Amino acid sequence: MNKGLRNIYMGLIALILIAPLAVITAISFNAKKFLSFPPKGFSLRWYVEIFADNAWFSSLQNSLLVATSSALLAVLIAVPIAYCLWRYGIFYAKVLYGLGAMPFILPPVIMALAFLLFFTSIEVHGKMINVIIAHAIFLTALPLVTVSLGLESINKEMIEAGQTMGADEVTVFRTVIFPIVRPFVISGFAFAFVLSLNEYIIAFMTVGFTVETLPIKIFNALRYGYTPVMASLAVVFILVNILIFGLIARFGNLPRLLGALSEER
Amino acid sequence: MERQNLKGSFLLPIFPTVMIGIFFLIPFALIVAVSVAHQNPGGFYESGFELTHYKRFLSPAFLSTAAFSVLVSGLVAMICLILGFPFTYLITRLRRRWQVVWLVYILAQLSLSEVLIAFSWQVLLSKTAGIGNILVWLGILERSTAFYPSFGAVVLGLTYLVLPFSILLLYPPLSRLDSEVTEAARTLGASPVRTFFEVVVPILRPALVATGITMFVFTLGAIVVPQVLGRPSHWTLSVQITDQAIFQSNLPFAAALAIFLLIVSMSLVGLTMWINRRFGVKA
Repeated sequence: MNKGLRNIYMGLIALILIAPLAVITAISFNAKKFLSFPPKGFSLRWYVEIFADNAWFSSLQNSLLVATSSALLAVLIAVPIAYCLWRYGIFYAKVLYGLGAMPFILPPVIMALAFLLFFTSIEVHGKMINVIIAHAIFLTALPLVTVSLGLESINKEMIEAGQTMGADEVTVFRTVIFPIVRPFVISGFAFAFVLSLNEYIIAFMTVGFTVETLPIKIFNALRYGYTPVMASLAVVFILVNILIFGLIARFGNLPRLLGALSEER
Repeated sequence: MERQNLKGSFLLPIFPTVMIGIFFLIPFALIVAVSVAHQNPGGFYESGFELTHYKRFLSPAFLSTAAFSVLVSGLVAMICLILGFPFTYLITRLRRRWQVVWLVYILAQLSLSEVLIAFSWQVLLSKTAGIGNILVWLGILERSTAFYPSFGAVVLGLTYLVLPFSILLLYPPLSRLDSEVTEAARTLGASPVRTFFEVVVPILRPALVATGITMFVFTLGAIVVPQVLGRPSHWTLSVQITDQAIFQSNLPFAAALAIFLLIVSMSLVGLTMWINRRFGVKA
């Protein structure tokens, strides 16, 4: 394609993608409480408010706690499945892999409803552990894919060499397999962390009326009108997302990870 | 050695099996069970077997929701392909460094909470801080108005929501496309635009179809955008499920709707898998 034409087309799509977030960024620096663009004055008070206002700050804490624990739990579920599939190639591991990946493929409202029915049936209402488990099950697919990709990159001859020299299974795992797979485990954790942080419907249906995560709190605030903190939070969220994926790209092979992730679809 | 292997293959899957069994298979089975349960007027359900909730699918209210969901998802999927495919192709032609920069941004946007995306477009389409002001400034409009709630706003918001997904799904097959193919076309005298439409598009047709179907399923899953940017008549199936479950306290009907959505999306996902295998798209 002609270079000029190409740049115009790319610029146009880039504008569509970036413009809404640019406007939100601009209004997040608004000095006044009401919504206006272009912003009136310049102030960082809506960023300070995230930490100064108790309600927003406790939502932030909830979100971070849920995202960290559920990403960790998702990794703990995914790693043994990926390892068994790669190491022993047993059929049962294949079944687990399919089941582990499935919740992420379905429209999220289906899993949200399933968790709502489950937790009301066992009469455990609105506990934070509910949403941690729900997010972990929902997001297991991500570490499952990244860890499998990491394992596939291991040269099996290296393991045989280790075994010939007398290393047992655990030693081989500790000294050969784990160091190679570690970056893939971390990126799986990071993917799950980001998506849990941003997830709304499953969190709402499991703990929506007792534990407010940030997406829940923002949606509740949205019903009652506009608060400038929503704009500053949107900016914080997009920056956190960019930071985390930037780190994955810096320390891992992002195009390859994406190739593997979209194969799931 | 062999015994250790055997031990590992038995012990390791225990934790995943317990977690997936209790927290995925049982909740899943519960949806099926509740979808045929009896709904009391008080808002609770009791176990039983009846098909009342499935029969409600034939009501005009449900049929119009289903038709609207299909219409809007199809439209959004199509727009995403039209905008996203050439864009992704152009990304793959950039230097690798810039490709990664784009991928990071696209990933960051696609992970952004649907709540925040709905909020951003609400602001952008608002009377006091939105496009209306720019149009007044340009002299196109006399005075600013709000552009939501409306069908257009819903389509716009949903497109913005799923466009990054289509770019990420199209990126792997497009970046694997051998540049020798396009260079050959260019050497034979085809213009870049012609090369794109007569060489690139036909080669990747299966990937395009698979991505389009996946976008359809993604759009069906949207929850917040139709509520915030649309009127109740613009609510999709996913929104109705939430509404029935939480605000109408009719869990059996919500479960029956979820089963319907599940069957539709599973068949479509199965179809994309078949396309990928049949046409060898390593998507």
